[in-house]
Amino acid sequence: MAVRRLHPDQPSSFAFTPENVAWIQETVAKYPPGKQASAVIPVLWRAQEQHGGWLPEPAIRLVAELLDMAYIRVYEVATFYTMFQLAPVGSVAHIQVCGTTPCMLRGSLDLIEACKRRINPDPHHLSADGKFSWEEVECLGSCANAPMVQIWKDTYEDLTPELLERVIDTFAAGGTPKPGSQTGRTASCPAGAATSLKDPALYDGSSIGAWKRRFADLEAAASQLAGTAPADKPKG
Amino acid sequence: MPKKLIIDGVEIEVADGTTLLQACEMAGSEIPRFCYHERLSIAGNCRMCLVEVVGAPKPVASCAQTVNELRPNPDGSPNVVFTKSPTVKKARQGVMEFLLINHPLDCPICDQGGECDLQDQAVAFGVGGSRYHENKRAVEDKYIGPLIKTTMTRCIHCTRCVRYMTEVAGVEELGLAGRGEDAEITTYLEKGILSEMSANAVDLCPVGALTHRPWAHNARPWEMRKTETIDAMDAVGCNIRVDTRGREVMRILPRNNDSVNEEWISDKARHVVDGLKTQRLDQPYVRKDGRLVPATWDEALAVVADRLKNTARERIGALAGDLCGAEEMFALKDLLGGLGVVNMDCRAPHEALDPALSRASYIFNPTIEGIDEADAILLIGTNPRIEAPVLNARIRHRWRQGGLEVGVIGQAADLGYPYVHVGDGPDSIAQLIGKGAATAARPMIIVGQGAFAREDAAAVLASIAKAAQSLGVVKDGWNGLAILHTAAARVAGLDLGFVPGAGGKATAAIAAGGVDVIYNLGADEFDIAPGPFVIYQGTHGDRGAHRADVILPGAAYTEKSATYCNTEGRAQVSARAAFPPGEAKEDWTVLRALSARLGRPLAYDTLGDLRTQMYRAVPHLARVDAIQPGDGAQALSALAARGGSVTAAAFQAVIADFYLTNPVARASAVMAELSALRHAAGRNRVAAAAE
Repeated sequence: MAVRRLHPDQPSSFAFTPENVAWIQETVAKYPPGKQASAVIPVLWRAQEQHGGWLPEPAIRLVAELLDMAYIRVYEVATFYTMFQLAPVGSVAHIQVCGTTPCMLRGSLDLIEACKRRINPDPHHLSADGKFSWEEVECLGSCANAPMVQIWKDTYEDLTPELLERVIDTFAAGGTPKPGSQTGRTASCPAGAATSLKDPALYDGSSIGAWKRRFADLEAAASQLAGTAPADKPKG
Repeated sequence: MPKKLIIDGVEIEVADGTTLLQACEMAGSEIPRFCYHERLSIAGNCRMCLVEVVGAPKPVASCAQTVNELRPNPDGSPNVVFTKSPTVKKARQGVMEFLLINHPLDCPICDQGGECDLQDQAVAFGVGGSRYHENKRAVEDKYIGPLIKTTMTRCIHCTRCVRYMTEVAGVEELGLAGRGEDAEITTYLEKGILSEMSANAVDLCPVGALTHRPWAHNARPWEMRKTETIDAMDAVGCNIRVDTRGREVMRILPRNNDSVNEEWISDKARHVVDGLKTQRLDQPYVRKDGRLVPATWDEALAVVADRLKNTARERIGALAGDLCGAEEMFALKDLLGGLGVVNMDCRAPHEALDPALSRASYIFNPTIEGIDEADAILLIGTNPRIEAPVLNARIRHRWRQGGLEVGVIGQAADLGYPYVHVGDGPDSIAQLIGKGAATAARPMIIVGQGAFAREDAAAVLASIAKAAQSLGVVKDGWNGLAILHTAAARVAGLDLGFVPGAGGKATAAIAAGGVDVIYNLGADEFDIAPGPFVIYQGTHGDRGAHRADVILPGAAYTEKSATYCNTEGRAQVSARAAFPPGEAKEDWTVLRALSARLGRPLAYDTLGDLRTQMYRAVPHLARVDAIQPGDGAQALSALAARGGSVTAAAFQAVIADFYLTNPVARASAVMAELSALRHAAGRNRVAAAAE
């Protein structure tokens, strides 16, 4: 069940930083007057980012007042999109584990078990030290690097439970792991040696990029016929 | 450009902008629906209204599809629509099956049973059985207000309640949070809805998710007798349907009347039902040695007749209250005329409306429907949200369509729509005189009791009339002077001329003790000074009864057939839904009996005879549901000609507590609870919400 409710423990107030206030004004200015409600999602997202990855209830009220909307309208938006975290998340990392088919086939269930073991048996709950939390999310579009997780704005891919534990260890120690494939490959290039595109002719300019040379040859042939040296041709 | 369609073989031409659902209904094809409602915006989320349009890739939601946006046929022939084809049947069965998947099997314990849209449409358009064997989801109940009982597991997410609260009631407090199976209707932080029209959402709910808490588990719809009648809780004259079981009034529901209340009634009109059963006067009382003791009709009438016969006519006065029907006021006036009494008044103390100044000087001339055409409204000395919530909803409805300016002279309260707070008192009216005509094509000035019932009211009205003349509020084809009454009885009383005769005393003087005997026909909103001998004819043991020396029990508004003129001057006739308790009698019969004791029997023995006489005196009362207009320009001149000087005192609210404005409401436990909750919430209606 994914009933979306506000967390029982809320801060007493919320205020945007001056930079965010300025950014909000710029964002609202993008929309015609009277339509500032269109900015509700970006502004809520900014509030969530400012508040360490989750959206407190005073922030929902403040956003409603800033955008001249009824509180309930902003509440509807905040509960509709699961990207808005309504409960506190880990102070160091909130791990979003992809559980869609390609990742699942490649072992995301084991990653979830690792999270349950390491962080908290339940998603959206803080670890004992309050530094970590996790949740299962839908496809994050990194299927060629399955299984993977997203932490804040970076993805950590090609995971195994051990590699995930190593990522968590790095965060716990105060460091930032290198995002991307955790097995060392570049993007989704083949692990180990390339298995395709191996022909050296692809890389010596004989086929790829050959069109440039063809045009230059055609031009040379044409100027020879015209009897003028290519260098004397007036630049067009 | 009108569009031709062929719906189920019936060729029909409809105007641009008509939705397919409306077109199908015009062609005689019934379309089931849950989320669509004529008075709300289109949601299109229930999918029950699907019809088959030839050429469309999938069934079309007819509530949201306008006919002019249908893809035209390549050969130009009219679009062909089917509402009874196998595709449509299958679509409806599918939608019904999905709706019933998570719907609990609550019919035996659900109050909506017997009048449930889901039940009716499942029988008509659904499948015979269920294929669902999994667990159903459950939803926690939310607190939406003291009047609305929520069983949110039954909710089918049609969002009618959300749209009603936002658009019609003007309180944007309900919303659909979450999504999919976990969607739930809720308020923000479950604060509860503070609106005078909140209970109409329960009528709109097609299932038993929202039910009426005061009547929970009381009765089934099929065991009640329905009577169509008129509400008397305010001066709007809302059309209601009173459901009774035996002698007992079980509930009051709204009736549709596009000209008056559309489909809404206020929470007070709806939930005073329990007030009709408590504190009732069911037998006559006579005060002996300072205490009221029960008496027979014989004794009581003998005492009254004796008093009246032995008092000089200049020392006799009569008052008519807010809930009287025209018939009893006519009978009382008749009786007083026989005695030569001229001290009589149906108005509130210091109310300066005068029937001698033409009817247009004391009715809502533009009519309630005229609000839909107004482009500027000036509210003077009135808070329509409390005094006439349904009328206020109409103003809000007009505001939502755009192009309406609203100004307020008086207290700045939260009305549900923005306005300009022009001023607080009569000074602001004076500033409008001589300013030139308003730019608005149809300006309206709504004058409330805060302006026409105060010591300088005649001068205030004169000032308003001059301002109205200056602004051009009355012009060809438009009379924008609107008097907003708070009492159901007032306009009929003024029409009947229940006002002081030549040299007679008005309400304030009578109540202050200016006479020795007062016949009080249900006036409970002000005190009568000690001294006079008071005969009280009414229904509840309220202020009037406590002051009285003789109590004659009468019938409440649901217990008699009576003519009421609403604030527009529209005569409407109520019907009797139940009988008054105990020894209480219909009011006009009491006066007829008294007249016999006085040796001057009134000339009618039946209600029909009374009405014949009444219509002779005031012909327009016979034209039921119609409005007899008055001469607007003449009314303005007459009002403007009255002298006096205004005081600078700001206009005060006339209603201190919306829920406790008459004896029936004050006897109701539900009203008492609502009033207490309102005070506890600290939501002061007078808090400024002006632009």
